[in-house]
Amino acid sequence: MSINQVDLPRWTMIPAVAGLAFVILPLVAMVLRVDWGDFGSLVTSESSLAALSLSLRTASMSTAICVLIGVPMALFLARSSSRLVDVVRPFILLPLVLPPVVGGIALLYTFGRRGLLGQHLEVLGIQIAFSTAAVVIAQTFVALPFLVVSLEGALRGTDPGYSRVAATLGANPSRVLTKVTLPLVWPGLVAGTVLSFARALGEFGATITFAGSLQGVTRTLPPEIYLQRETDPQAAIALSLLLVMVAVVVIAVVRRPGRNPW
Amino acid sequence: MVSLQVHVVDSARGVDLEFDVESGETVALVGPNGTGKSTVLAAIAGLLKLEQVRVQVGDRELVGPKTWVAPHERSVALLTQASLLFPHLDVRANVAFGPTCTGANNPGAIADSWLAELGLTELAARRPFELSGGQAQRVALARALAAAPDVVLLDEPMAALDAPSVPQLRKVIGRVLANRTALIVTHDPLDALVLADRTIVIDDGRIIDSGPSRDVLSHPRSPFAAALAGVNLIDGVATGPKTVRDNDQHELLGESAEELVIGAPAMATFSPTAVALHRQKPEGSPRNVRRGTVRGIEQRGGTCRVDVDGVLADVTSAAAAELQIEPGAQIWLSLKATEVSVYSR
Amino acid sequence: MKTRFTKLAALVGTLALLAGLAACGSDDSADADKDRTLTVFAAASLKGTFTELAKEFEDANEGVEVKLSFGGSSDLAAQINEGAPADVFASADERTMALVVDEDGTAKDPVIFATNVLEIATPVDNPAKVKSLEDLSNPEVKVVLCAPQVPCGAASQELLKKVGVTVKPVSEEQSVTDVLGKVTSGEADAGLVYVTDVISAGDTVTGIEIPEANEVVNAYPIAPLAKASDADLAQAFVDLITGSKGKDVFTKAGFGTP
Repeated sequence: MSINQVDLPRWTMIPAVAGLAFVILPLVAMVLRVDWGDFGSLVTSESSLAALSLSLRTASMSTAICVLIGVPMALFLARSSSRLVDVVRPFILLPLVLPPVVGGIALLYTFGRRGLLGQHLEVLGIQIAFSTAAVVIAQTFVALPFLVVSLEGALRGTDPGYSRVAATLGANPSRVLTKVTLPLVWPGLVAGTVLSFARALGEFGATITFAGSLQGVTRTLPPEIYLQRETDPQAAIALSLLLVMVAVVVIAVVRRPGRNPW
Repeated sequence: MVSLQVHVVDSARGVDLEFDVESGETVALVGPNGTGKSTVLAAIAGLLKLEQVRVQVGDRELVGPKTWVAPHERSVALLTQASLLFPHLDVRANVAFGPTCTGANNPGAIADSWLAELGLTELAARRPFELSGGQAQRVALARALAAAPDVVLLDEPMAALDAPSVPQLRKVIGRVLANRTALIVTHDPLDALVLADRTIVIDDGRIIDSGPSRDVLSHPRSPFAAALAGVNLIDGVATGPKTVRDNDQHELLGESAEELVIGAPAMATFSPTAVALHRQKPEGSPRNVRRGTVRGIEQRGGTCRVDVDGVLADVTSAAAAELQIEPGAQIWLSLKATEVSVYSR
Repeated sequence: MKTRFTKLAALVGTLALLAGLAACGSDDSADADKDRTLTVFAAASLKGTFTELAKEFEDANEGVEVKLSFGGSSDLAAQINEGAPADVFASADERTMALVVDEDGTAKDPVIFATNVLEIATPVDNPAKVKSLEDLSNPEVKVVLCAPQVPCGAASQELLKKVGVTVKPVSEEQSVTDVLGKVTSGEADAGLVYVTDVISAGDTVTGIEIPEANEVVNAYPIAPLAKASDADLAQAFVDLITGSKGKDVFTKAGFGTP
């Protein structure tokens, strides 16, 4: 027995398949160009491994920060009845719209040596520019809206009745949040986290503008790929595929199909 | 057990209600939709902030001019018609939720004992989506009681259930509320009669009647209560020790415990089954006879409920067919005085 | 629902139409005015000089339009090899030109038309008080270099090796522009860029000449491409670049001329 879908007209197959092809074909083109014999040595070179390790570490840290500050932000956007929220919302989406390089420049003017905050931090002996911290800041900046938007949507879609009943049963607001509200929006939270991770992993423009590019410190996979293109296009393709594989693995692990969301 | 004192004012909606619930007593709140019953419950539970609320449980003031106790510290449990069981927890975890939050010593054991009390032990490992409506409400009840609340609020707990499930759940609720301070909002007169010691009738944001459930429903003082109790209610003026005349100048003779004061406001009630319908003016003894127009007919199983100018009469479907009852038809009503109860307002 | 769908369809249709018109429009105007177009791919550092010389070429040749495409030399070389339509290629170093030569992309052998040497650039106020190449090895000084994989980076490494100075940069940038950017914003205390970059940056940086700079010279080759639609026109442009007019423009910009 299977369900008959009543809002899936036949003609939607065409644009859907076209869209799928649009996304998959460039990947296939890359796979066909790679010299598979050299693939192993190309992705395990010293610079490649340094870049991969740095990418994974910084993207994980950025995603964690996105969750820590993004969840409260999403809660405010979804629950607050204040008019301020409508004013603030477009700004939260700003990093989505800004070209990453522009984002990097903005971060530079804020946290750079002569930046708005940076100059004061400099006096205290804290230097952010050219550090791994700068990479994490850049990635967090561009990835945050993904988490906030996904989660806010999910929060608005839940029945507030569950939280209310939990309160009457003796759960204080922190408990209601962690034991009821968040478990109810878990799929949305997971989706937002995966999107943020993927975005952070692929971040390039803001990173090189704000953090610079130095092996092991600030040169994540995307800048490494870009640099390799100058001298060794094969290495660039190999590393690109490596990045794709990492993203695919993360997404597959986190979103195991068929799992009952509850 | 503790008592409950409530005073809720919401002038925007024209609500001003003040009432008490004795310790260990169950009170039913009835009234037409939109009169603020659910608002009152929400205000008592702390889920709504209204302009003027005073709620006191025992000697603790929960809400007042200078007080606001957060919902999770009130020890007031709320059961709604949607059971709202947490979908991500199984039945046992749901029931253990309250004691876990309040830091009880052994939440699992508390949950198990309540599951047993309500006959739910074999459902302990099930997920909410696997339960029937009746089962879910019983779990919700267990969950509410496991939190050891001072006061239990029920908002039309059986409204979403199918008819066969209702009596069983009513019995269970009756048993567990036996010595508890509880407030139940309902549309079902049986709930009021079976579960509540007292019934309060609310209409237009005001309390219009309050008293032992049996009294309030057998001697309703408002059209709503009358409709709820399934009786006919005539509002009028006493014209004799046992007669009431209504606004259409129809007089009704009935039985009453005390003689009515002539000229004072009085009421008469009678069951729809006591009304006989005739094509022609009936001869014979019944003292209450009048003519009217059929306004509506409602089929209920083998019975027809006929509305004749606002008076409800129950006749068998066969009789209705024979009398050719249809909207607009002229019909004669007759009513024995012994079937009519009259009392002063 | 139906009106919403129609609105969406109308919006998408309008956008597509506009895009189509824009494309047609630009071609039409180009064809209307000019008979011949010359597409020149040139390294980013040649922007100022080539724009000036392209204008001269257009003035001197009635009905010719020069389309300039600037970018990273290796990017441009890759695009040419992948089939991008270009008539002339001027790159920032001989290595990237060789990428095109190897694929038999050039019609003639490349000719060197300009040279460039390195210079130290610091923020205007020179906060780290840098005076020479040796100062760059001081760990307190934040130095930014081009990555060795790009031409200016390779040149920087060579120069540093020749002079015997070891530098630990805080960042290795993709291009000279990025190095300059970090210096002008004050993020870096010093960077190694080309003399021409210091000159074009004007008073946003302070330049410090390197005595040994001439030991590492970056040579800029130019060549007409085999796929050029008009071989004579392409050669004419190359001649302008390598001729005396070209030499004047390059010298003014700070380039050396062979």
